[in-house]
Order: sequence, then C-alpha cells, then structure tokens
Amino acid sequence: MTDSLLPVEDPNRAVVGSGVPPVIAPGHTFSSVTDKISSIVLTRNAPLGWWLGFLLAFMLANVLLLSVTYLLVKGVGIWGINIPIGWGFAIVNFVWWIGIGHAGTLISAILLLLKQTWRTSINRFAEAMTLFAVACAGVFPLIHMGRPWLAYWMVPYPNTMGVWPQFRSPLVWDVFAVSTYATVSLLFWYVGLIPDLATLRDRSPSHAGRIVYGMLAMGWRGSARHWHRYDTAYLLLAGLATPLVVSVHTVVSFDFAIAIVPGWHTTIFPPYFVAGAIYSGFAMVLTLAIPIRAVYGLEDFITMRHLQNMAKVMLVTGLIVAYGYLVEAFIGWYSGDTFERFVSLNRTTGPYAFFYWALIVCNIAIPQALWFTRVRTSVPVLFVIALIINIGMWLERFIIVVTSLHRDFLTSSWGMYSPTFWDWSTFVGSIGLFLALLFLFLRFLPMISIAEMRAILPEAKIEEAS
Amino acid sequence: MTPRLHIYGVMAEFDDPSSLVAATNRAREEGYRRMDAYSPYPIEELHDALGEHHSRLPLVVLIGGFIGCIGGYALQYWVSAIAYPINVGGKPLHSWPAFIPVTFECTILAAALSAVLGMLALNGLPMPYHPVFNVPRFALASRNRFFLVIEARDAKFDFDKTRQFLESLKPREVSTVED
Repeated sequence: MTDSLLPVEDPNRAVVGSGVPPVIAPGHTFSSVTDKISSIVLTRNAPLGWWLGFLLAFMLANVLLLSVTYLLVKGVGIWGINIPIGWGFAIVNFVWWIGIGHAGTLISAILLLLKQTWRTSINRFAEAMTLFAVACAGVFPLIHMGRPWLAYWMVPYPNTMGVWPQFRSPLVWDVFAVSTYATVSLLFWYVGLIPDLATLRDRSPSHAGRIVYGMLAMGWRGSARHWHRYDTAYLLLAGLATPLVVSVHTVVSFDFAIAIVPGWHTTIFPPYFVAGAIYSGFAMVLTLAIPIRAVYGLEDFITMRHLQNMAKVMLVTGLIVAYGYLVEAFIGWYSGDTFERFVSLNRTTGPYAFFYWALIVCNIAIPQALWFTRVRTSVPVLFVIALIINIGMWLERFIIVVTSLHRDFLTSSWGMYSPTFWDWSTFVGSIGLFLALLFLFLRFLPMISIAEMRAILPEAKIEEAS
Repeated sequence: MTPRLHIYGVMAEFDDPSSLVAATNRAREEGYRRMDAYSPYPIEELHDALGEHHSRLPLVVLIGGFIGCIGGYALQYWVSAIAYPINVGGKPLHSWPAFIPVTFECTILAAALSAVLGMLALNGLPMPYHPVFNVPRFALASRNRFFLVIEARDAKFDFDKTRQFLESLKPREVSTVED
C-alpha cells in the first residue's frame, strides 16, 4: 500500500503499468477543467437531486431551530441529563462533530506538506465540510451551558464584575482551541478560494454574480508576483494548521483526561482522540464525496484513486483507534486500581455493554474489510463502510461520556442516562444544519479548486525554450 | 518619446505557460523591468523570469506568531497571578504548564492572521480597479490564457517599439491597456 502514499510528481504517470488509477482523468485541459467545475455553480438550474437534498436538509435544520428555541424557553431539563450524567448528548455530539472536522485540515494542510497531489480535487470540499462540522460542534457546548446568552463570559475581557476566566481549566483551553481552529480553517478555505472566485467573476453570466464574486475575489488578477506571495502564505498556513489540527482534538481529550473520573483519566487520550478524529473525518468525506461525484458526474476529478487512498487512511487510523481501546483496557487492568478495573468490566458487561460491542463491531471489526482491494475498489461497499464508521465513532464518544460518568467512585452516585426526544431532535437537527450548509456551498462555490487542478494538468509543464 | 499618459501598458496574450515564461525572459533580456505576467495558476518559473526574489511575508508571519505567543502567555499570567488570583487545587498562581495550550493557540491564531492579512497587504488587495481589466480578453487570464504586460512607466517603454517587440514574440494577440 506504500505505492500511492509516495509523492507522485506527474499524476498521469501513475496510469502506466502500475494499475493505480490517475488523480485526474486523461484528456483534460485548462479550459475543460475550468468550464466543468465552474459550470456547476454558474448554471441557472440546479439538478433535481440538489433541490430534494437541500429541502430535506433545510427542514432538518429547522428541527434544530425549534429544539434550541424550546431549550431556551425551558432549560436543559428537557434533555435526559442529570447528576451523575451531566454531559450526555450535547458533549457526545460536540466531540463527534469536531472530530469530523479534522479530515478537512488534514487533507488540505498535512497532505499538502507531504506533496500528495491526489489531495487537490478533494481539499476544497473537505475544508468546507470542516467549517460546517465545526459550526455544528460549536452549537453544542454553547446550548449545554444552561444560560447560553452568557457564553461571552468565557472570553477574557475587562468587565464590571471584576472576574476573569480560570486558565487552569481545560474547558477554557477548549474555547481557545475551537475558536482558533474555526478561524484558521476559514482563512485557509478563503485564501484557497480567492483565485477561483476570480474565475467565477470573469465567467459569471449575470450582473449580480459578477459583482458578488468580484467583491469576494478582491480584485485578484493572477499576477506572478501575487501568486508567489499567495503560494508562500498558503504553505505557511498549511504549516501552521498542521500542529493546530493535532492540538485541537488533544485539547478536547484534555476535557476528559484532566478529570479524575475512571475511564477518562488516562494519558492515551490525546493520540487516540486525534487518530479517531481523522478516522471519522475521512469516513465523512467518503460518505459525502461518493454521492456528490455521482450526482455531478465528477468521476474524472474524484477518481477511484481518491476513494482508495481515503480507504487506506481509514484503515490505518482505525487500527490506531483499535490500539487505543486495547491499551485503555490493558492499563485499566495493569494499574491494579479497583475503579479502573471496574471501568473495563462495566463497559463490556454492564448496562451499556450493547453499545460498547456495537462500537467494536462498527469501528474495528467491519473496517478490516478495507484490507481487501476488492472492497476498496467497490464504491457502494466503501459508502456503507464509511457510514458504519460514522456511527461507530459516535458510539465511541457515547461510551466515553456516558459509561464513565454513570458509575462513579461511590455507589451512591451511580445512575443511568437515556436520551429524550429533544436530545435526538437536537442531534438530528445539527445534521440538517450541516447538510444544508453543504448544499448551499455546492451551489454557490466551486467544490473543487480550479486553480490547483490546472496546475496538475500535463499541459502545465514548462518546457525550456531552445 | 514620452509615454502617452492614458496608456497603462501593452499586453501580449499567449496560449501556453511555456511561451509566457520564454516571452518574459526575452523581455527581461531586452531590458524591460516594469512588467508583470498573469497566469491562471501559480508558475514558479514566471516569478524567477520577472527577476523577483524573496518575499517579506515569512518575516511578517514570524513576527505575528511571536506577538501571539508573548501576548497569550502574558494575558494568562496577568489574569491568573495579578488581576484575579484564585487558588485552584493548591497550584501556584503562576502555574505555567497549564498556560501552554492557550499560548500555543494564540501563537497559531496570530501567525495565521498575519499570513493572510500580510499576503493581501503586500499584494495590494483588495483592489477594486486595475487597468488590465480594461482589456476584455483579460477575462481569460482566470481560465486558460497567459498574459505579459509591459508597463508605460518602464524607462525603456516606447509605445511603438514595445508593441513591435511584443509582436515579435509570436503572441496570439497584442492589445493596448488603457489607464
């Protein structure tokens, strides 16, 4: 599997002999790439599938709106949370969404630094996915606070109360980590979009389109001097985003690991959370990319090479996650600590054992099918596996949050948690918000970086003048 | 001959990146300095052909990151040890290991903002008007065509001679850029 993980300088070279599919189908030119990608945005009529999808997503987003409105009226008592399980769905969903967001930055930053040309056709779309996932993630801790209208108290600013945030708390670190991540992801995405916005400005048939895209493109004209600084800025952003993406889920894992609750207080959490985040993020990219390439006929640009490479990344990160589960159980036993040993016993045989084993099946057992080339080359099977991993990763966060809290040190503080209708409606509603934003993105912005696609075409090669 | 004031420069349009790089090299050999090349995607050779060297952007980003780092740490120290000293689990007021995550995030945030704002500022963007857009065919610069513009403010610029020179490079078309 190392063949396609090595840098491939000429994307079309891979076709010959090796049997590895190309990053971009042969026969494309600067104009065909430009026209194909920009026409999806500039066309007057969106495909029927877009309308149906957007309508459904928009309806679900309204479910979120209703749920949050009811929450503001009644308070967090409408959810299933209570002492001892005070975190419940809100934190499960927060960690799940922020994890999904990690693939975008990984694809755009880390794979850029590693010179993986195959990232080109999926990075824009994965970055958009990151932004929307982070937006959904941000909703949950806010509405979980009880008095969300006082959320700004977490920000250090001089106030008449004379109080300041407590910087020794991982929850305050989280505020900084997530807001920095959201800002840097937005900057990275926007910088990548500037040349393509200029293309849309120059090609838009409508006056309004030329004005809106023109303002967003900020007068970009493709000057060689500008491109040089642009490339430098993009590379530096990638270099900054790489440690950032690792830090974000590390800080999220600190929310748990810094506490003394058995099942949370462990040093394996940061690396295992980061691997899990990449795992779920790639699963979500596949879940979305497979239907989108089919609906918009983008098989030339999002080729089997991309799908296979993403499957391989899922396989690797899935194994790291499996190692995390194993070490967690081993250290629990090896510590000799009664409470730590009980965590493993309770997870595997306790009241939530069904969900624990479901998680093992979804995250560890089924994804092993990705070892087989036949599975990696079958688009429907990949889609199903990606969906299963999405579910598995959600279950993982459920197990971490709920099973650790529901059996504390003292039997007097034991309890059970079950979600209410409003827990579910808020969760499903956040999926609606995510998909609605994604559909709007597909309609109004180029989902593949046109400028970067041009640069990897064979005709972009400079021949020395004689 | 002094350049006519309402002329920004002369523009040559090429079909492929190699011709543009070759043309830019030729123009430089000819002695032209005030010129710019436009392409639909970044071409490293073009930047070299224009005789440009290093950018100041990395320094801007370094300074930004440095300010973010110091600022983030100073904020936490001032809040935790001076403005609002509270005892948390018997930890010292200046409990520096707990301040590392936020310091790191502030460093990245400030450096990333300097990278983007610095790039835009050094490029002079946003720029709502630029004379090159007066040439209708320049719209193709964001699609599949490559342009070289020799500007009127160049010391060697002479409308007729420069135009002749550009035509000798076998471009697809040569047009006058009005200011």
